[in-house]
Amino acid sequence: MIVHLSVLQVIIPLIAAPICLLLRKSELAWAFATLVAFMTLAVSVALLSQVMQSGPVSYELGGWEAPWGIEYRVDMLNAPLLVLISAISALALLASRTSIENEIPENRHTFFYIAWLLCMAGLLGITATGDAFNVFVFLEISSLATYTLIALGKDRRALWASFQYLVAGTIGATFILIGIGLMYVMTGTLNMADLAQRLPDVENTKTVFTAFAFLIVGVCMKLALFPLHLWLPNAYTFAPSIVTTFLAATATKVAVYVMIRFIFDVFGFEFSFTHFPLQEVLLTLGIAGIFVASVVAIYQDNLKRMLAYSSVAQVGYIMLGISFASQTGIMATLLHMLNHGLMKGALFLALAAVVYRMGIAQLSQMHGIASRMPLTMAAFLIGGLSLIGVPLTVGFISKWYLVSAALENGWWPVAAAILLGSLLSVVYIWRVIEVAYFKPVSESTPDVKEAPAALLIPMWILVLANLYFGIETSLTVGVSQMAAADLFGGLR
Amino acid sequence: MESFVHVVIILMLVTTAIAIVRVKDLFAVTMLAGIYGLLSASFFVLMDAHDVAFTEAAVGAGISTLLVLTTLSMTGRFEKASVKPQADYRPVLALVLVTVTGALLIYGTQDMPGFGTADAPVQTHVVPRYLNDSATEIGIPNVVASILASYRGYDTFGEVVVIFTAGIGVLAMVMSNATKMPVVQTALMSDHVVLRIVSKMLIPLIMLFALYVQFHGEYGPGGGFQAGVIFASAFILYAMLFGLTAARNVVNHTLVQLLSALGVLLYGSVGVVAMINGGNFLDYNFLSDDPVAGQMLGILLVELGVGITVASVMIIIFFTFTARSQKEGEAD
Repeated sequence: MIVHLSVLQVIIPLIAAPICLLLRKSELAWAFATLVAFMTLAVSVALLSQVMQSGPVSYELGGWEAPWGIEYRVDMLNAPLLVLISAISALALLASRTSIENEIPENRHTFFYIAWLLCMAGLLGITATGDAFNVFVFLEISSLATYTLIALGKDRRALWASFQYLVAGTIGATFILIGIGLMYVMTGTLNMADLAQRLPDVENTKTVFTAFAFLIVGVCMKLALFPLHLWLPNAYTFAPSIVTTFLAATATKVAVYVMIRFIFDVFGFEFSFTHFPLQEVLLTLGIAGIFVASVVAIYQDNLKRMLAYSSVAQVGYIMLGISFASQTGIMATLLHMLNHGLMKGALFLALAAVVYRMGIAQLSQMHGIASRMPLTMAAFLIGGLSLIGVPLTVGFISKWYLVSAALENGWWPVAAAILLGSLLSVVYIWRVIEVAYFKPVSESTPDVKEAPAALLIPMWILVLANLYFGIETSLTVGVSQMAAADLFGGLR
Repeated sequence: MESFVHVVIILMLVTTAIAIVRVKDLFAVTMLAGIYGLLSASFFVLMDAHDVAFTEAAVGAGISTLLVLTTLSMTGRFEKASVKPQADYRPVLALVLVTVTGALLIYGTQDMPGFGTADAPVQTHVVPRYLNDSATEIGIPNVVASILASYRGYDTFGEVVVIFTAGIGVLAMVMSNATKMPVVQTALMSDHVVLRIVSKMLIPLIMLFALYVQFHGEYGPGGGFQAGVIFASAFILYAMLFGLTAARNVVNHTLVQLLSALGVLLYGSVGVVAMINGGNFLDYNFLSDDPVAGQMLGILLVELGVGITVASVMIIIFFTFTARSQKEGEAD
C-alpha cells in the first residue's frame, strides 16, 4: 500500500463522495465523511514522513510513465500542504454536524457533506499532481464544490456571493487553462518536470510570455491577491461558518502553492524574475493589499467579514515573501502559508461557535460575550494574538522570518511596512477583545451558553497547534527550509 | 478554398457572439448560443478534431440549449433592464480589460508554430508514441479514445467527477425542498400533436443512436460523454412532451441520483481493482492476463461509467429545474 500513498490521498475522498450519496441519511453521511477525512489525514501524515525520509515520491497513474501519462509528484513543497488540508478538513468536519444544524436546512445536509468531500479531494488533487492539465481538472472539481458550499449559506445573499465567486473563479480558471494551453503549444508536453526541461528552449518567445502572464493572473484571481480579491469578503461572510473555516484555512493556500510551483519549478526562477516584472508587481500589490485590507478590516462590524479582509491582508504577506526572490523569503512564505492556515482555522472556528449560539457574528451585539462564552473567546484571543504575531504563537515565527528576509535584501522600508501591518491587525483584533472582555454585558447581548464540545474540541486542538508550533518550530520551519532549498536547488 | 471556409465560419462566430451580447430577448440569446455551438462544432470538423466537434455539437448546441430553455421557463423570457445603472457600473473599465486581454492573446499567437506544421512541438514530442504504439499497447483504432480513457484516463475520471459535482450542486441548491412535493401532471408542450407523434417515433432511434455512440467510441468519434448527453436529450424530449410525471414513472428521481453516483463508482472501482491486482490506479493492463484485453475491458467499463453519470446528471438537472418551476406554479 505504501507505494500508492500519493494517489490514495486523493482518491479516498473522491470515491467516498458518491458513496455518501448512496448512504442518503445525513447522520451516516457525516460519520462516513469524517471517517474518510481522518483516513486521508493519516495517509497524508504517512506521506509526509515518507517524503522526509526518502525524498520525493512519484506515481504513474494508469501505469503510463510521464510525460505520456499523468504523474503524481509529492515533495517537500506539497507534502506539508497536503497534511494541512486534510487536518483542517478532518477537524472542521468533526465540528460541522453541530455547526450546520442552525445554518443549513436538514434536507440539504447529505449534499453538503458530498460537496465537502469533493472540495477536499479537489484541493488535494491540485496539490499532489505533477501534471499541469491535471491541476486544471481538479481545480474545476474544487471550485464547483466550493460554489455549492458557499451558496448553502443561510442568508440569501450567499447565493449572490457564490455567483460572484463563480464568475471570478471561472475567469481565473479560464486564464489558467489558456496559460497551460499556450505552454503545450510551445513544448508539446503537460508534465511539469518535462515542461521545466523544455521551456528554456522557447523562453524568448511571445507565446511563452503570454502563457506566463495568463497563468499568473489566473492564479492571483483564485488566491485573492489585491485588487483581484473582490469575491472573497462576500464569499467568506455569507458561506456557512464551518465552510468559511475550511476555505480560509486551505483554499487560498492551494492557489499560492500552484503559483510557487509554476514560478519556481516550471518556468524557473530566472525566467520568472528576469523576463517579467514579477518582483515589482508582487511587492507593490502585496504591500497595498496589507494596508488597504487591514484598514478596511478595522471598520467591519461583522466579524466574519473582518477576518475575510484580514485574509486578504495575509495573502499580501505571503506574496511579499515570494517577491523577495530569496531562499529566506520563499521559506517565510511557505511557513506563513501553514501557520496562517492554523490561525485562521482557529479564529473562524471560534466565530462558527459564536454564530452557532448567537445566530450572527456582529460585534455590536457581543458586549461582554466573553463572560458567557469564556472558552470560545479565549480561543479567539489566542488566535488573534497569533494573527498579530505575538511571541510564543505561530504568527510570530512566520513574521520573524518574513522580516529577516526583508532585512537580508536590505529592504528596510518593507520590513517597516510588515511591522506597521501588524500594528493594524492589533487594532482590529483589539476592538473585538475590548468589546468581548471589557464591555459590561448589555441588554442587547443575547443570553447564550458556552459552545458545545463538538465545536470546542476541534477549536482548541487548532489553538493548541498555534501555540505548539509557535514554540516547537523544528517541524514547520524544518520542512519549509528544506522545500525552499529544493526550490532554489532547482535553479537553472 | 478551405481557408475561405475558415474565414466565413469565424466571421459567423463573431457575428453570433456580438448578437448574443446585444440581444435582450433571452430566448433568442439561447438559440444564438446554440447556433454558436454548432458553428464551433463545424469549425472543429474543419480542423480534423472530430471527437471535439462531436462533443461540442452534443453539449454546446444540444443539451446546454435545452437546459437553458428549462431555466428560462423559471426566470421569464426578457432581461430585466435596471431603471438606473448601478453606481459601480463601469462599462468602460470592462471594455479596457477585455481589450487588453484580447490584445495579449493576439500578441501570444505571434510566435506559435503554424497550424498543422509537421515539426511543431505538439507533433513531435509525446504524440508520436500515441499514434505509433497505441494500436499495440491498447488495441483500439481510435487514438483519441486511447488517450482520453487510458493514457490520460485519470483526467477523464476527474472530468466525470466534475459532472457529478455539478449535479450535486444543483441538487443541493434547488432540489432539496422540492423532493416531496406533488408533481403537476401537465407537460410543457402537451398540445403539440404532431410533435408528440414524431417524437414517439424518434425517441427510440435517438436512444439507439446514443448506445451506438457509447459502444462505438473505440472505433470512431464518440464515447461516454457524447452518448450520455444524447441519451439524456431523448429523455428530456420525452418529459417535455408527455409530462414530468410520465417521465418519472420510467425513472424516478432517487434512481437517477443513485445512477449518477454509480457511474463515478464504476470508473473509480476499475482503478481500484487494478490496484488490488498489483498495478497502479487505473492501470488496465492488470485487469486481465492479456494486457491488451485488459486495456479494452478497462476502456469499455470506464466509458460506460462516464455515460451513466453524464446521462443521469443531465436528467437530474432537468428534473430539478422543471419540478421547481411547476411547484411555483409559473410554468407551462
